Amino acid sequence: MAALLLFVSVSKKCVKCKEAPAALVIRAGDAYCRLCFKDFFIHKFKAVLGKNRIIFPGEKVLLAVSGGPSSCSMLRQVQEGLSQKANKKLRFVPGVAFIDEGAAIGQSVEERQRTVAELQAVFQATGFPFYILPLEQVLDLPASVVATNPSPSEQPASAYKAAVHHFVETDGSNFPRPQEPKKTLLPRVQESHTLMLQQLLGSVKTLTAREELLNTLRQHLLVHTARTEGYSKLMLGDSCTRLAVKLLTSISLGRGAQLAQDTGFSDSRYGDIILVRPMRDYSAKEVAYYNHLFTVPYVVIPSVDTKTVDKASIQRLTESFVTKLQTDFPSTVSTIYRLQLHTCFMHISALNISCVLQVSSDSLAVKPSTFFEASTADSSLWVLIAELSVLHLYYRLPETTRLKSLLCYSCALTVRDMVSDDVFDPFMHEL
Amino acid sequence: MAASIAIHLEFGGGAELLFNGVKKHHVTLPSQSEPWDMKQLLVWIQRNLLKERPELFVQGDSVRPGILVLINDADWELMGELDYQLQDQDNVVFISTLHGG
Repeated sequence: MAALLLFVSVSKKCVKCKEAPAALVIRAGDAYCRLCFKDFFIHKFKAVLGKNRIIFPGEKVLLAVSGGPSSCSMLRQVQEGLSQKANKKLRFVPGVAFIDEGAAIGQSVEERQRTVAELQAVFQATGFPFYILPLEQVLDLPASVVATNPSPSEQPASAYKAAVHHFVETDGSNFPRPQEPKKTLLPRVQESHTLMLQQLLGSVKTLTAREELLNTLRQHLLVHTARTEGYSKLMLGDSCTRLAVKLLTSISLGRGAQLAQDTGFSDSRYGDIILVRPMRDYSAKEVAYYNHLFTVPYVVIPSVDTKTVDKASIQRLTESFVTKLQTDFPSTVSTIYRLQLHTCFMHISALNISCVLQVSSDSLAVKPSTFFEASTADSSLWVLIAELSVLHLYYRLPETTRLKSLLCYSCALTVRDMVSDDVFDPFMHEL
Repeated sequence: MAASIAIHLEFGGGAELLFNGVKKHHVTLPSQSEPWDMKQLLVWIQRNLLKERPELFVQGDSVRPGILVLINDADWELMGELDYQLQDQDNVVFISTLHGG
């Protein structure tokens, strides 16, 4: 039996070139050799950007790199794409943003500095400008970060072709040059900020809510950085596998209405900053194999759910569910992916989701400042939320205020997890 | 009687966290009557190398779903998975593909 299996596998040739022996099974039954796989991988990246025509030549694009395999692979593809002399060369101006979340997992200052130093070496090797952002910075963000800013005027489809043509004609000389990477010193973080952030995260009772809160904080910090540094696009490294898990998780968490934007190729809810997910056609397996074969550097950083059991959070449970199914049914992830495409067409954006913690598809209907005692619109949203959880600020809310109206269903669940049970609260129990 | 064989093991993608953070291991599997196969290698790894949380690495006879296994840089699905018979100097890589982004 074993001999028969060996015979079958040795004779399996690449489905593409049909010559070299197959090295990796990609989809059910499709096995590619190393070279064909490399071409397939590189081509897919350029194809997804080219097909969507959303990134204009010379545009500043901020790459959100977490240090994980998918985002580091994305970084490598951008490097590759920019360096080629070929016709299909990528034409945008990249920068890299990394969020140091060491505070969230209780890492010491030394541990955080070590991780940052490792990644800094990787970023420096690319030559792109990079920003190391301690997650604590999210506490200083103004409430306006969740506002939808006016987007640049709608470009007709023909504008893209014209822009590319113009770029090629002028040899790109009119467009901003890639910036000289500035000497970035590792930002100092005040211990009080770290403590405050840890208190905020610690006040969340469940891992599910904590993970969701972290996602929100992360996104806010990235969008804010993109805005202040003049980037108009934000590239996220979520793979197909990751997005399939996210899709199912979102449904479980009551975020079904935001599905299309949360897991689609592009997310335009912020208006001036468009989120783009170029890795969404790559499975986690493809990314892992490419990274191994072509030594793409990445850094393994523990997160809040590392080494936790399956039932620790909804996110972990869903991930376990999807990956187990995928083993026996290799079309699982792609089927979920197609489900996502269908929801895009269901006009779910017609539902006006206004939420203090998330940007709404409509303009922000409700200013957080009118609901909190602190009346300045500039006061940090996160300090207010921190106060909400730690100091029970809600007691000072006027009676007519319904906290429920400030938050979308999903965020209301997250915030509800932040309030301790033993305090009777006429406002919170309605959530 | 099969001779003892030297195997190069590598753990990546976070799997190394279960092995004290050590990514590369050069091991010698003792000689035994039948040739070594992947199934037996997994048992051996669990007994001799795995430092904690075995359920995060193995599941039943095989690896936990989400862990990519490469034998000499080729997908183990093409090599017979658990039935593949190990040869001297083979390179086996275990890469966790779970929550990496």
